[in-house]
This record gives sequence, C-alpha cells and structure tokens, in this order.
Amino acid sequence: MSPAVRRRVDARVVVAVLLLGGLALVPMISSLIGGPFYITLFTRIVIFALAAVGLNLILGYGALVSFGHAMYIGIGAYAVGILSHHGVGSGWIQLAAALAVGAVVAVVIGLVCLRTSGMAFIMITLAFAQMFYFLAISLKQYGGDDGLTIAARSDFGVFTLASNTVLYYTALGVLVACLIAFHRLVYSRFGMVLRGCRSNERRMAALGFPTLRYKLTAYVISALVCVIAGMLLANLTKFSAPSYMAWQASGDLIVMIVLGGMGTIVGPVAGAVALLILEEILSGWTTHWMIVLGPAIVLIVLTAKRGIYGYLVERTARHAEARASPS
Amino acid sequence: MTVGLFLTQALNGLQLGILLFLLAAGLTLVFGIMNFVNLAHGSLYMMGAYFAAAVFNWTGSFVLAGLIGVPATMLLGVVVERVALIRLYRRDHLDQVLATFGLILFFNELVRIIWGPASVYMNTPAALSGTVELFGLRYPSYRFAIIGVGLAVGIGLYLLIHRTRIGMLIRAGATHPEIVAAMGVNVRRLNTIVFGLGAGLAGLAGLMAGPIVSVQPGMGEPILILTLVVIVTGGIGSIRGAFYGALIVGIVDTIGRAFLPTLLREFLERSLAQAAGPAIASMLIYVLMALVLAIRPQGLFPVRHA
Repeated sequence: MSPAVRRRVDARVVVAVLLLGGLALVPMISSLIGGPFYITLFTRIVIFALAAVGLNLILGYGALVSFGHAMYIGIGAYAVGILSHHGVGSGWIQLAAALAVGAVVAVVIGLVCLRTSGMAFIMITLAFAQMFYFLAISLKQYGGDDGLTIAARSDFGVFTLASNTVLYYTALGVLVACLIAFHRLVYSRFGMVLRGCRSNERRMAALGFPTLRYKLTAYVISALVCVIAGMLLANLTKFSAPSYMAWQASGDLIVMIVLGGMGTIVGPVAGAVALLILEEILSGWTTHWMIVLGPAIVLIVLTAKRGIYGYLVERTARHAEARASPS
Repeated sequence: MTVGLFLTQALNGLQLGILLFLLAAGLTLVFGIMNFVNLAHGSLYMMGAYFAAAVFNWTGSFVLAGLIGVPATMLLGVVVERVALIRLYRRDHLDQVLATFGLILFFNELVRIIWGPASVYMNTPAALSGTVELFGLRYPSYRFAIIGVGLAVGIGLYLLIHRTRIGMLIRAGATHPEIVAAMGVNVRRLNTIVFGLGAGLAGLAGLMAGPIVSVQPGMGEPILILTLVVIVTGGIGSIRGAFYGALIVGIVDTIGRAFLPTLLREFLERSLAQAAGPAIASMLIYVLMALVLAIRPQGLFPVRHA
C-alpha cells in the first residue's frame, strides 16, 4: 500500500469513527440539554441512515437504482403494527415475520424487476412500491389511510425497546453491525462480483458468473436491512402508516445516499444526518420548507460529486498529508 | 342493467386511458429522443390543471382556459428544461430521477403557496355539462369530449411523427442522435421542441382532467405512477406502446375496481371478499405490468428499430 493510499484509508476510518462516535454521544448530550426531542430526532436519523446504507448496497455497488425501497420500510413497520394489533408483542416473532415476509416479497419482486435494467428498473421498482402503498391504504381493518397505532414497543425478552435510550442504542448497534457486515461483504468475492456487474455485466456473464443470482441476493439483503429499519421506525413512532412507503420516502433515501457519497459504506450515514437535520431546520423556519428543499436537491445532484463523506475523507487525508510532510 | 353498467365502466376506463395517453405520449417521447426521464412530468400536468382552473374561474371560458393554460404549461416546460434539465441530459438516470424529484417537491409547494392547500374547483363547461344517450345509456358528454380530444391528439401525433419533417427528425434523433447532429440539425433545439410538445400535452391533460378530478397539490404523482406503468407495459419510447398501454391500463384499472369486489363475492366468503376485493383491485395493474415484464421485458409494443 502506498503512503497516499494508506492515508486515504486512515482518513476514512477517522471520519467514520468521528461520525459514529458523535452519534453514540447523542443520548448524553440530549439529556444534558434536557428534553427527549433530540434523542427522538436522532433515532429517526439513525434509522433512516440504516435504510440508506441498505439501499446503497445495490444502488452504489450494483448500480441498481431502486426507487421503491421505502416499501420494505413499510413492510417492517406493518409487521410490528399488525402483529401487535393481534396481541403479539414479542420482538423476536415480529422480527422473524418481518424478515420472512420481506424476503418473500423481495425475491418475487426482485425477480421481476431484475429482468429489466436502467430506466425501466427505476420505474418498475417505483410502481411496485406504489402497489404496496395502495395495498396498505386498502387494508381497512388495519387503519387504512389513517395508519395503525401500536400499543407497546417490541419486547425482546432480555430487553425491551420501551425506553428511548435503549431504542436509540439498539438502532445504532444495528447500524454499526450493518456497516461492518457490509464492509466485509463489499470486499468479499460476492462484493467483487456485484461491483463487476456494475461495471460490465455482460463481461461478468461471459466469465461464467450467474449475474442474476448475485444481483438478486444483493437486492434481497438490501431489502431486509430496510425491513429492519422499518421495524425500528414503527417502534420509534408507535405507529405504522402507508406514508412510510410513499414514494417521496424512497426518493429521500436516494437523496441521502447521493448527498452522503454513493458507493461508500459510511457515506449514506453522513447523508442521512445532513438531510434530516436540514429538513428539521427548514421546517422550523417555514411551513413551506419544501420550496427550499426541492431546488436544494437539484443543486446537490448538479454539484455533489463524491458527497459529504467523500469530501470529508479528502480533507482529512490532505491534513494528514500536510502533517506527514512539513515543508 | 349490468350490461349498461359494464358499458359505463368501460367508457370510464377508456376515458382514463385517453388521459393517461396524453401524459404517456409526452413522457415517452422525451425519454425516447433524449434518453431522459422526467418525473416532473406529473407536475407539469398539475400546473396545467391549475393554470386552466385559474383562467376558467377568472373568465368563465373553457376555450380561453385551454388557449392560455396549454401554452403556459408548454412555456413553463421549456423554461424548466432550459434552466435545469439541460444540464442533466448527459448524466446518468439516477441524477435525472433525483433532480426531477426535487422539482416535484418544488412545484407541489409552489401551488400550495399560490393557491393554498385546498382543492381548486373547476366546473364542467356549460356546453358539455349534459349527457349523451348511447344505446339507451346516458353518459356525460364532457367525458366523451375527453375521449374525442385524446383520439384527435393520437391521430395528430401519428401524422406529426410519420408525415412531417420535424417528425422525421424526432424519429431519427431517437435512434441516431449523433448522426442527426452531424447532418447539421440543431439537436438542442429539437430537444426543446420535443420537451415543449410533451409539456403541452401534459398541460392539455391537466386542462381536460380539471373538471373531473380535484385540482390540488400533489395531484400529479398518482397519475405519474400510472403513466410509468403505461410506459413500461407498452414499451419505453414507443408512442404506439403508450397508446395501447394507456388504454389497457385505463380499462383494466377501472373495470377491476368496479367489478372485482363483486366477482370475488361469488367465490369467497363475504367478509373475506369485502376485505380482499379492493386490495386486489388496487394491485391489478401492477400485477398486469409484472406479467407483461415476465413474458416480454421490452414491453408489449417496443420501438421497432428498422
């Protein structure tokens, strides 16, 4: 490894540790400032960071632009909502049901969607997510349009998510575990094949790789991460609503990824933090905050090359460079 | 009476299909020639409806609403294209989708600021507020007018694309943009013309839909999603596909919603049918799309590259 490359890697670790360390301190700072507002806000941020990290596996490393991943957030949220509506409060059963339903849906929809690529893939994933959105609306016995209130948060036996702090650290723990797992996954043989498909799928197929199987596996993994994020979201809000899978939610996830840095493991976390805090500030400033956010997204797309995370890594590496060679 | 009901619903489906065609034609043209996906197409439809409703409520003339609303939408489309979208043609689809997603948020909030969050009402023009009797069936004449306008646009587009010089350039630009540019055609202007045409069609759809839907912020998105289903089902980039796809989606959706719950009651227990009927009906067109893709990934009527 050349010194420059090592510095780049070091810088990445530094930025990631600073980012996650900062997130780990949130409950303490929040209790110092007083008020559960910040911890609720940051739980939301961590949950959406998790979903964005999940989506980034196929979007950043597989170039599969799914515009429908909010659907899986909805599946996770409704698994908690519907089961607790029927009196099943055990987190493990909810988790198993959510993952099972999510996996079946992801395999079936993935098989259909992956028959297409590029533009058609974007449109179809969007359409399927919309299908589930309307399905949730038509489920009158589970609240329909109004959504479903959840009486109690999930109970995992050894711990429950009833306390805000426990929920926060659970979400953060899942996020960190997911980041580590994805780091290993992306640099494993599987990840190499996936990235190969991103560059040139025809060549990968010619080399004898069953590319569909690899892409489908990645699609299902990324869907399941969003399902878990959906479960956590339902626990945070004690509510599951069709709006969780509205297509704006899918769009928000993609904005987080592009803003944070596409095709980097930690980038989406930075993007989620930045976007949700920006939304919070704008919405406190004016009720018509979307009129600012919309053009801001256009500007982000037009100008963001490597995203916030890429920029931070670049800066940190340059600092290290300057310190390494004092002239 | 069921025959009459069926016929009414079939006409409703046809009318929805025609409306979808107006939107799908513009979207698919823009996609076919510029390889650009414009999610803000639904926003142009919404702006068209608002422009038309504003002029109509101000002057009371539907013709004037059309004469001002449609060109205004066209102009808006051209301005948006020149200001923002032109920078995105060479970017990948992800950037295009995201930027136009940002535009949707902007336009939805813009109409909320200008016209308020509540619906704006637009009456049916007086001359078309009656009904027409057809096979002993009374059907609103305004809906017939929508069908008529849509069919006229369809024929007009066919003639424009297959019989005129500009249509020839559009067809050539869709398949070989570099060669068209090398032959000295101003591709940039061609792009703007096509985009303006698409925006105008979206505005026309907004005008025609104004009296039968509620004109409100966010009204563009549900119909945009349906339009995407139409385009994918019909074959991306193909006007013919947009036409047949729109009719299929419009009729299947309307008939499904109208009759599937009753039909299910024949086979299933009443309470189950009551619950499952609307759910399945709302999923019907997506299942149709999935089936089409499973059998023909390129869509039912793909572009024929001669």
